[in-house]
Amino acid sequence: MTGRPRAATEDHPLVKFALCAIAIGFIALFLVMPLATVFSEALAQGWRMAFDALAEPDALAAIRLTLIVAAIAVPCNMVFGLAASWAIAKFDFRGKNLLITLIDIPFSVSPVVAGLVYVLIFGLQGWLGQWLRDHDIKIVFALPGIVLATIFVTFPFVARELIPLMADQGRDEEEAAVSLGASGWSTFFRVTLPNVKWALLYGVLLCNARAMGEFGAVSVVSGHIRGLTNTMPLHVEVLYNDYQYVGAFAVASVLALLALVTLALKSLLEWQFAGEIAASHHH
Amino acid sequence: MSLAATAVPPPRIRSRSALPGFGLAMGFTLFYLGLIVLIPLAALIIRPWSLGFSGFWAEITAPRVLAALRLSFGASAVAAAVNSVFGFIVAWVLVRYRFPGKRLIDALVDLPFALPTAVAGIALSALYAGNGWIGRPLGHLGIKIAYTPYGVIVALIFIGLPFVVRTLQPVLADLNRDSEEAAATLGATRFQTFRRVILPMLAPTLLTGTAMAFARAVGEYGSVIFIAGNLPMVSEITPLLIIIKLQEYDYAGAAAVGVVMLAVSFIFLLALNALQAWAASRR
Repeated sequence: MTGRPRAATEDHPLVKFALCAIAIGFIALFLVMPLATVFSEALAQGWRMAFDALAEPDALAAIRLTLIVAAIAVPCNMVFGLAASWAIAKFDFRGKNLLITLIDIPFSVSPVVAGLVYVLIFGLQGWLGQWLRDHDIKIVFALPGIVLATIFVTFPFVARELIPLMADQGRDEEEAAVSLGASGWSTFFRVTLPNVKWALLYGVLLCNARAMGEFGAVSVVSGHIRGLTNTMPLHVEVLYNDYQYVGAFAVASVLALLALVTLALKSLLEWQFAGEIAASHHH
Repeated sequence: MSLAATAVPPPRIRSRSALPGFGLAMGFTLFYLGLIVLIPLAALIIRPWSLGFSGFWAEITAPRVLAALRLSFGASAVAAAVNSVFGFIVAWVLVRYRFPGKRLIDALVDLPFALPTAVAGIALSALYAGNGWIGRPLGHLGIKIAYTPYGVIVALIFIGLPFVVRTLQPVLADLNRDSEEAAATLGATRFQTFRRVILPMLAPTLLTGTAMAFARAVGEYGSVIFIAGNLPMVSEITPLLIIIKLQEYDYAGAAAVGVVMLAVSFIFLLALNALQAWAASRR
């Protein structure tokens, strides 16, 4: 073989080629093909059928419910993420690591267990079941339960992006602002928030994608009432189990598009603002 | 497990920061964490003991539960092992090589994080079913994937891949090349260098990523249930069993299985923290 000599830490071109082929093949088989299947099945009987499936009242109700749930759950977790990261990153106290671990718990718990805990509390035979029934309050099999389960599974997203970044940035700038007479709130809104805005957006983006796509936890608390308590992922399940494949994949492809948009924005944020998103990569 | 006892950090808080707002931020953080995560989890942990210890034990050692646990752990272990090999190759290729489409592949790795699990579930199911793009050719070879335990493994490979890749990537990028060069200078072949120098340096990180993929797989629900076939004793995963027990209004039974899954999550959370500390100390 001729050509330029390889550096000692470089792999043989054949090894390079083989490893690239394996990596691309694996990704094509396990990631690209399922994604392509979603769109191909949705359009199996043409665009018309796919759009008709999306315009059905039950589908529209599912889309609306998904938007409502995300519109409640995401801001709640955003406010929590900001409060938690302010307390954890800008102050010293005992038990900080324990608190960070506790915030991470929802990521390591099965989504089904996340739904289960709320059924055990608010379900008919749960701790508060009888009391809620007497007062005619519906939590499980209704919007509040779905929102609670969604908040649980998306709980750490924003906090996790903000804590390491804000800890990195320290508190010098805030202390300077306060010593110059700025109030706590205006320090937060004028100094801290602009410093973490991209990381916040990044966290909110991931939080929203998961909130709109959550299936397991919501499935436990929803009761699957068509047109009432079915979110988009649950509607996909109902249609699929009814053998309405075009409808199921049509709704699924809307969710898949949402995932692709999320990925594109996420990559864009990572390329543009790498330094301002400290904790990116790995969830 | 005394989670409830250790849940709230000790209130001995000393704040040396000159910034305001600690009380408010910390108060809200603990209130929200307690309300959404800790109290509901505590409610889960106490629930199954209404059966008594022997009742709890009988519940979690019932043949159907044991079969489900065996499948969940077995399939998760196989999927994590597959991901540790192919995830390593993908991470290696993305960090070390340059090839066309690299950025696209890099962004695609996060697809399983972004794609709702129900969408992944029906897509994989359609792909591997008897008339699917992959299922049909495999069927001619006499191999059945969908609606068997192998289908569970396929879904768990899908869901676990990004954990291995995203954990390895930053560490691989930071890896000190001096020791690789030294090994080459001392006459080691590239393969020897890989086995004796690179792999030992990356082992803790690889193990961390693999454990994350495993932990996620054990609790996974949405992507699995469509392709699994859900045959009791054969292809029924543990989270599904919780849902079935809930539908039968067997709250205590569902909680018993839920507590086992929660215990496994906590063991993994602790093990992963220890692993990450080890990995950091190795760098």
